[in-house]
Amino acid sequence: MTIQTNEIIKVGIADLKFAKSPDVLRTSGLGSCVGVVVYDSSLNIAGMSHVMLPDSSLSKRSDLNELKYADTAIPFLVNQLLRDGARKFALKAKIAGGAQMFSFSSSNDMLRVGARNVEAVKQILTEYRIPIIAEDVHGNSGRTIEFNLETNMLKIRTVSQGETEI
Amino acid sequence: MSSFIESLTEYQLDTLKEIGNIGSGNAATSLSMLLNHKVDMNVPAVRVVGFDQMMDLVGGADKLIVAVFLRIEGEAPGNMFFVLSPGEAETFVKEMTGIESFSVEQPPLDEMALSALQELGNILAGAYLSALSDFIQVLLQPSVPLLTIDMAGAILAEGLMELSQVSDYAIIIDTIIDDHENDREPITGHFFLLPDPDSFPKIFDRLGVSEQ
Repeated sequence: MTIQTNEIIKVGIADLKFAKSPDVLRTSGLGSCVGVVVYDSSLNIAGMSHVMLPDSSLSKRSDLNELKYADTAIPFLVNQLLRDGARKFALKAKIAGGAQMFSFSSSNDMLRVGARNVEAVKQILTEYRIPIIAEDVHGNSGRTIEFNLETNMLKIRTVSQGETEI
Repeated sequence: MSSFIESLTEYQLDTLKEIGNIGSGNAATSLSMLLNHKVDMNVPAVRVVGFDQMMDLVGGADKLIVAVFLRIEGEAPGNMFFVLSPGEAETFVKEMTGIESFSVEQPPLDEMALSALQELGNILAGAYLSALSDFIQVLLQPSVPLLTIDMAGAILAEGLMELSQVSDYAIIIDTIIDDHENDREPITGHFFLLPDPDSFPKIFDRLGVSEQ
């Protein structure tokens, strides 16, 4: 008999990790950033991306970190899952984050980045025809999320509302 | 790593350290007057850190923190945070307002207590920035400070947005101020100053330490 331990795989800021059942993917302290989980539920494989900014054309560098932007991280995530044997028609997504942590009365567009991140993530998932099964976005609280590959449930913890599962 | 961060000289890093010294020195004096006792300040650290490492400086991305955030506008824009742990914020509130029951983890939070914390941030950040502004001879206009109590990652990442378009690293000028009263836990506050990428050349230019 083998004893299975659920390893928790941590995803940092502007980072992306893959896992298979029975592991758990976790990213901590999402504010305006968006956590994107794409998974193949019957094969129990998944990837989680911690997207920081909506659009890589915002980058002022040529050697950009493609894991930072919605429009580059999600294609990377999807393509790697497909290479690992996931079936495109079976891919599903769950997303969380995109809060507005501060409300400045300023014209600075960077302060709306949460809403723009959510918009960009949804648009790219739509382009790949990956349905969003559940989402917990916007608001003004930080979130820590955990995706359980055995149950395909996304656990969301906030400071004020405690834990929920979607 | 982004080129401007890579090419920083020792001398320039020392200059940034001096900026932290002057700013938080003035802030410590203000806090000392506010609390009516001695407040110490440690030697500032200038750190070049990855985004995840920045969260680790205050205990990790999902650690609960009390933070005052303000945006600096003007000739050398940037972001600034003053960060306290929940316990430190509670100590401060008790000392300032006499509200003994205040706990940041038990909402609804007392308006008076929140107002005291906001004012603390306002006074300290104002003192820090005015000293800095005098030192580098650059006009800096702070926004209204905003108080937030939430996860460190969620709060601090907001200050990295400008920077993250050019770099995966942040230059943090980190100073810790410390008040010494024997009978209770000290209040140890972190100041994080995060100049926008374009502000560094301006700051160095004004201080005469531009690259050769």
